[in-house]
Amino acid sequence: MSLARRIIPCLDTDGASVVKGVRFVNLRDAGDPAELAARYNREGADELVVLDIAASRDRRGTFLETIRRVAEQLAIPLTAGGGVRSVEEGRSILRAGADKLTVNTAAVLRPELIEELSREFGAQAVVLAIDAKRCAKCPDRSVAALHQASNSALASGAWEVFVRGGREATGRDAVAWAQEAVARGAGEILLTSMDRDGTRSGFDCALTAAVSRAVGVPVIASGGADNPADFLAVFSEGRADAALAASIFHDNLQRLGELKQFLASHGIPVRLVA
Amino acid sequence: MNAAKLTLVDYGAGNLPSVERALGRLGVETQRAATPEALAGSRAIVLPGVGHFGQLMRTLEERGLRGPLRDAIARGTPFLGICLGLQALFVSSEEDPKQSGLGIVGGSVQPLPKTAKLPHMGWNQLRRLRPSVLLRGVRDDAYFYFAHSFAALDAPDAAVAVCDHGASFVAALEQENVLAVQFHPEKSGDPGALVLRNFVEFARAKTAGEEA
Repeated sequence: MSLARRIIPCLDTDGASVVKGVRFVNLRDAGDPAELAARYNREGADELVVLDIAASRDRRGTFLETIRRVAEQLAIPLTAGGGVRSVEEGRSILRAGADKLTVNTAAVLRPELIEELSREFGAQAVVLAIDAKRCAKCPDRSVAALHQASNSALASGAWEVFVRGGREATGRDAVAWAQEAVARGAGEILLTSMDRDGTRSGFDCALTAAVSRAVGVPVIASGGADNPADFLAVFSEGRADAALAASIFHDNLQRLGELKQFLASHGIPVRLVA
Repeated sequence: MNAAKLTLVDYGAGNLPSVERALGRLGVETQRAATPEALAGSRAIVLPGVGHFGQLMRTLEERGLRGPLRDAIARGTPFLGICLGLQALFVSSEEDPKQSGLGIVGGSVQPLPKTAKLPHMGWNQLRRLRPSVLLRGVRDDAYFYFAHSFAALDAPDAAVAVCDHGASFVAALEQENVLAVQFHPEKSGDPGALVLRNFVEFARAKTAGEEA
């Protein structure tokens, strides 16, 4: 008996429809959020994430309606976010039916936002989303190297935080930023590898392990999922508490039930849905 | 006042709409109560909760709900506490030691040990201690969704099931008309729906018994 590792389908939306892209660009329509939500709820998703990647002010009402429609379909937790800059915006997302909200760019620009949200809604409702990219000049951060390195050496600038949908570098170290966010009250980290996102070349296990070891809150690995072995790797060597994917689920390339059966057969605790 | 309805205590908890939706799927009508008047005469009460213990107790106090809630429980009104709604039943919580709880169940709420990742977030299984109203018909290996950092580590007479995360803690308790769960049945798929249905049936049977 132990806490199950979570599998989390992610709906990236333009506010209304699910969109898909590779490395944050070349977006295309991939379906209705509520229909996908109903399917994932039925097929054994442990949670659902719905993001407004456009996050434009004038379409905020549309996104809130999307959250409402998605929440209607779910008997599992819902995390929502995209462009949240204030407690009031966070409240509107939770009121629309989300259990947790993600913050990203606004928290980098004004880290106190994490404290404000955590104080108002509790740490369990505040998910810090980090878009991280391996920097070219950094030292070897293979998993093997990480296992040998001491914890203090992990925060030495191997992955850089990007904001504004991955378009803008911040100069911040991803591991250090995760630690700061947790100290400020984030209850979970949604960690996306920009190098892997949309490439279907597997999760960045080294990045995930580095952050997971550095913080005491759960870490959701994101970016690069292709097949069950990728999930097994990120739960074992990547030390992820949850793993998120989008296109492989939307396109029916990977069924949730089969993925969980595979993980269970390899000793990973998962919630199997009959 | 519609006597057939189930009353949800509205103190601003984020999960109230989810609980409403989950009960709605079972065909159960609910009403929200944010005032003592709305709470009066309730046939069954649900206290949902997420967030901070101190904030919950303060809001109950400010809205004049604390006394009426205690009175209703003392009169034998079927009561279901969810997550923070379970913690509120205890005498106090280390999350906010200055605020006293409802004091219906002896003991206090404590932080889970930091040896495991906190918050305890996700799906976990239960260990049954004794036969339970809420868990009737629920498979022993069923998973429930938790999201919390504080918990009642002990409730000797009331606990019916415990869960482990860094330490063993009370996952479900039952003390006469008072039932409560640390997990979120409204977010726990089919097993969660069954827990809610069990409470609704318990409340119906109790009400019918009193009228007979």
